[in-house]
Amino acid sequence: MEKRIRVLVAKPGLDGHDRGAKVVARALRDAGFEVIYTGLRQTPEQIAEAALEEDVNVVAMSLLSGAHNTLFPKVVNLLKDKELENVLILGGGVIPDTDIPALKQAGVAEIFTPGTSTAAIVEFIKANVK
Amino acid sequence: MDIVQELLAGSRLALARAITAVENEYDEAAEIMQKVYPFTGKAQVIGITGPPGAGKSTLTDKLAKEYRRQEKTVGIVAVDPTSPFYGGAILGDRIRMNELTLDPGVFIRSMGTRGSLGGLARKTVDVIKIMDAFGKDIIFIETVGVGQSEVDVIKASDTIVVVLVPGQGDDIQAIKAGILEIGDIFAINKADYDGVERLNTELEMMLELNPNNALWRPLVKRTVASRGDGVEDLMQAINEHVEYLVTSGELIRRRSIRTKNELLLLINDHISKQVMDRISLGGELDSLVNSIEDHQQTPYNIVRNILAEILR
Ligand SMILES: Nc1nc2c(ncn2[C@@H]2O[C@H](COP(=O)(O)OP(=O)(O)O)[C@@H](O)[C@H]2O)c(=O)[nH]1
Ligand SMILES: [Mg+2]
Repeated sequence: MEKRIRVLVAKPGLDGHDRGAKVVARALRDAGFEVIYTGLRQTPEQIAEAALEEDVNVVAMSLLSGAHNTLFPKVVNLLKDKELENVLILGGGVIPDTDIPALKQAGVAEIFTPGTSTAAIVEFIKANVK
Repeated sequence: MDIVQELLAGSRLALARAITAVENEYDEAAEIMQKVYPFTGKAQVIGITGPPGAGKSTLTDKLAKEYRRQEKTVGIVAVDPTSPFYGGAILGDRIRMNELTLDPGVFIRSMGTRGSLGGLARKTVDVIKIMDAFGKDIIFIETVGVGQSEVDVIKASDTIVVVLVPGQGDDIQAIKAGILEIGDIFAINKADYDGVERLNTELEMMLELNPNNALWRPLVKRTVASRGDGVEDLMQAINEHVEYLVTSGELIRRRSIRTKNELLLLINDHISKQVMDRISLGGELDSLVNSIEDHQQTPYNIVRNILAEILR
């Protein structure tokens, strides 16, 4: 058997930087994961559909624009609609501590704020992927 | 309903999971392929190959949109190399195909080459078959045109489009080995760059000298994929090639060769897997090697014994 953990790395929202997402993508590749990278400005619908087609184990989203409170839960719900409830959903970016409990409540498994080491993200995925 | 019934009924989730089963070599993969097989053979398979950055994904995106305009459904298998050091991969072809994602008539799947020696070709063939059974009219397979295993992958296509870029200096020389011989159509992409005429002339000269081109003289087309220029023309060329395949009987011949190769690959794969499973057990491989080194056995009688045992 030749299983690989597959991760969709996606940038929802309108901000135009994906340097952070690319660093994470490379770290995940170096950890032996298959990273499907879709680029900038993805809508929640695009993210959910790509997750389905690629049959990923993890969806990792990063966002700098501050729209996380609407976009992250929207992706969670769309994934549920597509019967992808086993997908581990991660969020990253500039996210105030006060927003984190509600996001987790909504179904985001973990939030990684700036300064988190990529190793911590890799570890989290390995420990929690279904 | 089992997964094959579901995918035949149109479930995209079942399609995605069936592909994973094949890719990960799950136990149920053989069963899935067995059930899918009777529903295959209808799709038109188009291979897109060429060096990294040539514009293969951009071109595939634009071609897919042309076919969608004609109400054909489209499947895309995009293969990218797995890192030999880490075993992981960054699969970035979807970046150029985001506008297709929400079209329910398009299904895109990215694959890493992973580690399997030769196994990649078999897996991509199976993925194509699953998409074919699902009902896709047109299936694109995109792969980087380097190395024998990639060439093996692209040979599953009815029509092979080789994408080249002008102004690379060593263009023709660099890619001569392997993909020039297999191209049915050459797309000179990035035709907005300098050096188009030169590349075009070099290509035509090469094609002139190729003795395989008696029946089908490969077509050379210019495209600017990022702007969509020349894409309709390229599709026209693909259609012409398909027409040639059908009217000349070449399609039947090619598919028959493919069926034969697939059968041989499958036999090969299954036998070597059984042998490996058998001799990897409890470190037997090492003791066999020792017995050869100690002159107690030869590799030849070991192989004979193992095969006799397995094929009994
Ligand atoms: N100037 C120019 N750029 C192009 C053209 N086609 C593709 N590109 C760009 O070339 C880069 C690589 O394209 P991509 O489709 O990912 O290439 P691939 O690696 O062969 O799949 C991207 O930035 C494209 O936007 C073209 O015809 N002209
Ligand atoms: Mg590509």
